[in-house]
Amino acid sequence: MKKINSVFLLLMAGLTTYAQEPTVEMADTFRSEGKIYVVVAIVLLILVGLIGYLIAIDRKTSRLEKKLEENSRS
Amino acid sequence: MKSSWWKILAVILLIYTIMGGFLISVPRLTIVNETIRALYFHVPMWFGMVMMFLVSTVYAIQYLRKPTTDLDIASAEFANVGLVFGLLGIFTGMIWANYTWGSPWHGDPKQNGAAIALLVYLAYFVLRASLENQEQRARLSSVYNIFAFATMIPLIFIIPRMTSSMHPGSGGNPGFNMYDLDNNMRLVFYPAVAGWILLGVWIATVRVRLRKAEEKILDLEYEKNK
Repeated sequence: MKKINSVFLLLMAGLTTYAQEPTVEMADTFRSEGKIYVVVAIVLLILVGLIGYLIAIDRKTSRLEKKLEENSRS
Repeated sequence: MKSSWWKILAVILLIYTIMGGFLISVPRLTIVNETIRALYFHVPMWFGMVMMFLVSTVYAIQYLRKPTTDLDIASAEFANVGLVFGLLGIFTGMIWANYTWGSPWHGDPKQNGAAIALLVYLAYFVLRASLENQEQRARLSSVYNIFAFATMIPLIFIIPRMTSSMHPGSGGNPGFNMYDLDNNMRLVFYPAVAGWILLGVWIATVRVRLRKAEEKILDLEYEKNK
């Protein structure tokens, strides 16, 4: 019984190590070379640039509202 | 920038989405391979669209209960931002489909449903543009808006689940079954959805404020000419 159990355990262990092996192709080399940070930096810069632009439009709108408020009161 | 804490939150969430989306490990799956990361950017577009359309419909219902120009403006502008999200969703989906399914337009039920939903919403803007009278435009487009939302729900959420679809979460599967097991992906996906929705609300509110300012200018001119 013990023998069968240990054989079963060995088999299971074999299966789990098989499942963990990187059999599916991913961008592993690309990542290990650190090139992914280049992509992250570029996309982040675009995002920050666009957000900055949105903030500028937001502020401009606030100024326009203020101006209109003053005009309608006078 | 009025009451801007949620705008700051939107920026933080989106920066996190990009960093986490590219750097945190993902499940190794065949066919999708590394493009599984597109989930963080393609799917939130649809969540954003549905949220914007929902807000638009709520404003439309409020307009019908108590007609004011402000409610009509808000309804139209949220629908506008929702349409932008939807178009980005469909085009990002086409790029992804070309890689994973083999062609940009695969006739997938969800893809077709999303395209029809977008056409239904495009007709909303055609309707708005074709009516001169402001009150008539607001009333008719509010009614149509409710119809459009009610049409979108079965097109995107029900029909694709009843037939076989290549989208995960379709063909009888619960949503995201394929990815849901992975907690790493949830960690990026949910903040991404929240971030994109907040950005959509931000853009919509700025557009609403601009439209209101425009209305005010027209009123001032009208007063002057009287």
